[in-house]
Amino acid sequence: MRYLPLTAADRRSMLDAIGVKSVDDLYRDVPQAARRDKLIDLPLSASEMEVERRIAKLAAKNLTAATAPMFCGAGVYRHHVPAAVDAMIQRGEFLTSYTPYQPEVAQGTLQYLFEFQTQVALITGMEVANASLYDAATGTSEAIAMAARVTRRTKALISGGVHPHYSQTSEDSLRYTGLEIETLAPDPLGTEDLLGRLSSDLACVVVQNPSFFGRLNDLKLLADSCHEMGILLVVVVAEPVSLGLVASPGEMGADIVVVEGQSLGIGMNFGGPGLGLFATRDKFLRQMPGRLAGQTVDQDGKRGWVLTLSTREQHIRREKATSNICTNSGLCALAFSIHMTMLGETGFTALAELNHARAVDLAQKVGAIKGLKVLNDAFFNEFAVTVPGSAAELVEKLAAKGILGGVPASRLYPTWPELDNVLLLAATETNCDEDVDALVSALKELV
Amino acid sequence: MSKTYFTSEHEWIKVEGDVGTVGITDHAQGALGDVVFVELPAVGRSVSKGGDAAVVESVKAASDVYSPVSGEVVGANDAIVDQPALVNESPEDGAWFFKVKLSNASELDGLMDRAAYDAFVAGQS
Amino acid sequence: MSGTISGNKGPLIEEPLIFEQATPGRCGVDWEMPDAYEDRLGGLRKKGKIGLPDIAEPTVIRHYTRLSQKNVGIDTVFYPLGSCTMKYNPRLNEKTARLPGLSQAHPFQPVSTVQGALELMDQCAHWLKTLTGMPAVAMSPAAGAHGEFCGLMAIRAALEARGETRLKILVPESAHGTNPASAAICGFEVESIPANDRGRVDLAALKAKLGPDVAAVMVTNPNTCGLFEDEVLEIASAVHDAGAYFYCDGANFNAIVGRVRIADLGVDAMHINLHKTFSTPHGGGGPGAGPTVLSAALAAYAPVPYVVHDDKGFRLVEHVHESEGKPCGRIKGFHGQFGVMVRALSYMMALGADGLKQCAEDAVLNANYLLAQLKDELTPSFEGPCMHEALFDDRFLKDTGVTTLDFAKALIDEGFHPMTMYFPLVVHGALLMEPTETESKATLDKFVASVKGLARQAKQANSADAFKSAPIHAPRRRLDETAAARTPVLRWKDQAAE
Repeated sequence: MRYLPLTAADRRSMLDAIGVKSVDDLYRDVPQAARRDKLIDLPLSASEMEVERRIAKLAAKNLTAATAPMFCGAGVYRHHVPAAVDAMIQRGEFLTSYTPYQPEVAQGTLQYLFEFQTQVALITGMEVANASLYDAATGTSEAIAMAARVTRRTKALISGGVHPHYSQTSEDSLRYTGLEIETLAPDPLGTEDLLGRLSSDLACVVVQNPSFFGRLNDLKLLADSCHEMGILLVVVVAEPVSLGLVASPGEMGADIVVVEGQSLGIGMNFGGPGLGLFATRDKFLRQMPGRLAGQTVDQDGKRGWVLTLSTREQHIRREKATSNICTNSGLCALAFSIHMTMLGETGFTALAELNHARAVDLAQKVGAIKGLKVLNDAFFNEFAVTVPGSAAELVEKLAAKGILGGVPASRLYPTWPELDNVLLLAATETNCDEDVDALVSALKELV
Repeated sequence: MSKTYFTSEHEWIKVEGDVGTVGITDHAQGALGDVVFVELPAVGRSVSKGGDAAVVESVKAASDVYSPVSGEVVGANDAIVDQPALVNESPEDGAWFFKVKLSNASELDGLMDRAAYDAFVAGQS
Repeated sequence: MSGTISGNKGPLIEEPLIFEQATPGRCGVDWEMPDAYEDRLGGLRKKGKIGLPDIAEPTVIRHYTRLSQKNVGIDTVFYPLGSCTMKYNPRLNEKTARLPGLSQAHPFQPVSTVQGALELMDQCAHWLKTLTGMPAVAMSPAAGAHGEFCGLMAIRAALEARGETRLKILVPESAHGTNPASAAICGFEVESIPANDRGRVDLAALKAKLGPDVAAVMVTNPNTCGLFEDEVLEIASAVHDAGAYFYCDGANFNAIVGRVRIADLGVDAMHINLHKTFSTPHGGGGPGAGPTVLSAALAAYAPVPYVVHDDKGFRLVEHVHESEGKPCGRIKGFHGQFGVMVRALSYMMALGADGLKQCAEDAVLNANYLLAQLKDELTPSFEGPCMHEALFDDRFLKDTGVTTLDFAKALIDEGFHPMTMYFPLVVHGALLMEPTETESKATLDKFVASVKGLARQAKQANSADAFKSAPIHAPRRRLDETAAARTPVLRWKDQAAE
């Protein structure tokens, strides 16, 4: 068994050193009723070649963006990840290390986390960021809990433009914390009246920019109005590449920013793992969940980094912790950070420009098809389109033609019949002219 | 004329008239290690006997500081907020946490004096 | 002549931050830019710079390669962290996870186009259910703590369905901090159960605390002292008789996988750490996955989404109202940690039923070997045999002036990652060692030699100073954690702009 170095001779000599006859003697505390003499009914061990064959067979049953033009978004985006990212994250010292609790031998991890925290603060326009959470959905939930702690209020309002997974995860995860969370109806046209619903018993208002339906909004007025009432503004961003071109949440007055980092470095992977970026203002630092890498010096006076402010966390505060989170999304944070480092200011802004240009082109061509209407005035790389009839049925027909033509809103909002004809289309730098032409011709044919 | 009392949660309260000054004991600061952060109650806030009043954090632990008596917070020591190290240096003197105006002086009856507290600590280890 | 001009020490380079080596205008990617076009940003185009550094690709590669050289990992050293299960992370798993047919699948493609991905999730679920003997599994939790939360949410939902309000959770004092933290977030009050002098849950004390207000008991088995809870069946009985649920923290599943089925212990819910027992990489702190197996009583309350397999193929139940059960809701975005599941399934297929059983046995053998070899020089906290990890405390360091922390730092100089220190809290100065099954006897013998040698050194007079200055060979000496906490510096700032 290739992963188990012990030989039969080793086992024999070790059992002798311990002073028992067989390994069964070491399991003597297991109650008789739970002991087994048979192997559990599962396949036996397999060679590497065989395992590869079995998994490849499963992979071959999927039609993916590897071979088909794909325009799906709705919170997960396809971007080109430079080969350097994967090469670096597979280095064993990154891949196989643990949380940096012994900082003297974990300066690699701690330095990249410090750099990552800086990158996140910069792109969100905020003062401080943590070392990541699991994803934006759980991050939104954490943000609401944090706002409640900071304001000592118990109500939260979630815009109908927020990704339904983020709002559902928040509502369901916080159900027993005494918080009252209201999520507004889905808002494809951007007509909801958030300002009119502000009240001074709200801990926070949560908005998404660009919204789930792709809409771009100026949040300054909302931010100012919230602050007048002591309400915190939580802004979530599902597509971080937008931060290369659009005014940042921090600039617009956000108090807490949550970003889904999946777009950079990580790949789609059928939706997981993700990466929750979390940033806030310095004055709220101690209420922020998650790990933090902080700068310091060692005994020789050399600059180095350590995990810090851990006393907020579960392993010390236990039931009074700011959160129960233990793991972060370490390797995903590294992948994100390497990708951002490769991009830099020049590459990141150019990438964002490319995405928007591609989406503008797609929107213009799709909007010109009879029967289709683009709902957005402003968008980044994703927009909503109404189609004749069911968007879900249209997407199935496109799939039958080998095209992954966007996400029907009904996939995420099955109980809102008024959204049945809404299709979300995303275009990124990975969509070439041939992809766009294929989609457009197929749409013309089917609609 | 002031008198100092101690609690089993390692707080001290020095009472003068109807105002008590509260801090943590030398034993407590030693157990915590280097104090890095303190959170004090707002002046004007009410506290109750044995209830949460402040938080003291070190690198390895975070502890609640309970109020030994019920009453209203009438003072908070910003010096230890700016310089948490003072808590390690002079825990039973300059590094007091907050002052409380007692609402019920009889609550002091259940607290320990210095000798009893020292014996209590010795018994714990 | 110990310093160098550059400050580097041979291949160990003093590597600056990326922000300190920017080459403005020269980044690591090239793009074919579009022709001029009219944007549709609604006037929200960003003004001003973000402040990110531009760096060319070769410099980026050198930066991260050098950073990696400052870390240790399972790939480089023996890493016996208790309850973390630092076993070898097979490289095959990295290859299978990157197959384009899996990595390029989008979660919202039509279900008909991702039957392979859904089948993979279903197979992974099948392995977990069969290994534990449990009828259901919630696959969406993103980590162990998240799985605890999931299990407790299911328990709370089940109690509400029974029309009962029970708001207390009993947790052993030796439990991992995530247990009470997860319970608190579910709105429960946590009460501690003491351990007996054999390091196990005090059954009498537990029974005394059971009552109509107790929702569940959270027990880690094997427990955080590395011991099998030999009264687990009596615990399960007592808990069920009191109308409560039995949650098992599965962090230590590696000791019993393939040999003991959790269902046979009376467990109602248990999270499994795929990044521990099932070899998916720790990645410097994540990502993990915490699928939670559930009993028949709790199965209906599992969160969405989950995979259903019927004669039409595989489909996803993504919305509560579509479920035939009563899901407690959604606790994560999308469909769960799919990339982690691919790795775990590859591992499970590679080992098989026979290999997984051998893993558990070798893990337990290795830990007992360490216990036997070290029990005279160190002070084991409890009488053996242990399971997959061995617990010692700092009595052997009494009056030496050397603490558990100092001892651990000295181990770094010996070329080992230290064992877990100061956990569990039930013994003083705990040292918890979990070797795992992927270590050779030769490695264990080298570790034993160093630990014994250090213990002897510590017991000699005037040795404390040497221990307190350790480590001396690591890329950094001991770091000032107090300063880091008193004056937090959590990001780089452009000093020129300040």
